[in-house]
Amino acid sequence: MSQYKLIHCTINGKEVEKMVDVRASLTDMLRDDYHLTSVKKGCEVGECGACNVLIDGEAFNSCIYLAVWAEGKHIETLEGLLSPEGELSDIQRSFVEETAIQCGFCIPGFIMTAVEILNTGKLYTDDQLRRLLSGHLCRCTGYENIFRAVKKTMYRRHGKPIDF
Amino acid sequence: MYDMKALYEALSVEDAIALRIEHPEAQIIAGGSDVLVQMREGRRAGKELISIYMIDALRGVSIDEAENLRIGSLTSFSHITRDPLIQRYCNVLGEAVDQVGSPQIRNVGTIGGNTCNGVTSADSASTLHAWEAIVELTGRGGVRRVPIKDFYIKAGTVDIKPDEIQTAILIPKASYENTCGHYIKYGLRNAMEIATLGCSVNVRLSADKQTIERCRIAYGVAGPVPMRCPSAEAVANGAKPTKALARDFARAVLDDINPRDSWRASKAFRQHIAVEMAKRALAESVKLAGGELA
Repeated sequence: MSQYKLIHCTINGKEVEKMVDVRASLTDMLRDDYHLTSVKKGCEVGECGACNVLIDGEAFNSCIYLAVWAEGKHIETLEGLLSPEGELSDIQRSFVEETAIQCGFCIPGFIMTAVEILNTGKLYTDDQLRRLLSGHLCRCTGYENIFRAVKKTMYRRHGKPIDF
Repeated sequence: MYDMKALYEALSVEDAIALRIEHPEAQIIAGGSDVLVQMREGRRAGKELISIYMIDALRGVSIDEAENLRIGSLTSFSHITRDPLIQRYCNVLGEAVDQVGSPQIRNVGTIGGNTCNGVTSADSASTLHAWEAIVELTGRGGVRRVPIKDFYIKAGTVDIKPDEIQTAILIPKASYENTCGHYIKYGLRNAMEIATLGCSVNVRLSADKQTIERCRIAYGVAGPVPMRCPSAEAVANGAKPTKALARDFARAVLDDINPRDSWRASKAFRQHIAVEMAKRALAESVKLAGGELA
């Protein structure tokens, strides 16, 4: 017998209310109910990071997060990074500039983790940055360009010249 | 969609206890990074779940009226690592849980879930044993406190009664006062990895830094449950912190540990690295406590 629950939350700044199946993951809810298809279904066991979203500013693998736990939370997906005019954010532009994209499947997850990293306002060392990005798999193995894109944005936000 | 029979959501500890009594077959789920994965794998498919994740009262770190360091069971690993009280009184615990899984896993995984799983490889487990943590359980009859060594019964089994949930982990003042420790995780890769072996050491030095007043060491994956090493501790307690002592201390762990052969590593390899890890973790602990191995 199906079991449903009414959930209230904020998705990319918009307040929403939805009747969700209690068996649904947050990935299921964001993709199926809100068509936020940047949230990818990769491993679905919290290993690959393709489904990563921000919940109250922290990065979570939405595949192993129950949709009912979204109650009262602020959820952000890659779609929420666009400006109202549809302009890309600085981190997205850096991914384009550094060609940090091959098949693109892992990129939305990586970018949302990058947003959490950049929002701390800290200037991390290369080793720290690699460690902070370690929850994502890129099966094209394009890690170096992804790393450069995040590092470049971090340096730009600090107004420092980039030194790779 | 998860293959679950039903989900019961607790919004308070009282709710959780009532649900435990009402649904004795149901599995408790905290952050879900183990339970949901096992459900996906089929191991827990078709089961009922009691979610305690929304009980915000079980989050956060504080010092209680008895001066225990009190960690709410649902505090996530990343919040433990960033917590100023943890950094001040038991920094090694923050460092240990910072080696769990990945950044996203550390945002969702909880210290309560890590211990209630009863697995020997849990990154928090060796440090909690080495700091003689107390597990607080709340049930119908009220609060029960169990030393962590008694909480672990056997692999995968911990001492939670059918009407209880774990509500906090306490580190007594006598345990954290003037004490510094270090944790070393040996894994085959640096992220998303389960420990091949985990070693946590802590020391309290005399005021002149010339004597180890108290030394404690515990391992994860050195046996079916996390364990202390009384023989090694006896070697170090009251001794001068020297390199020779560190060697004797490290060799003595072999009298205490009982690792097994597994696909991750052989027993012989685990014994070999256990000695080296004990030596290094002791050296680092002494250094953190302001001393030096002479």
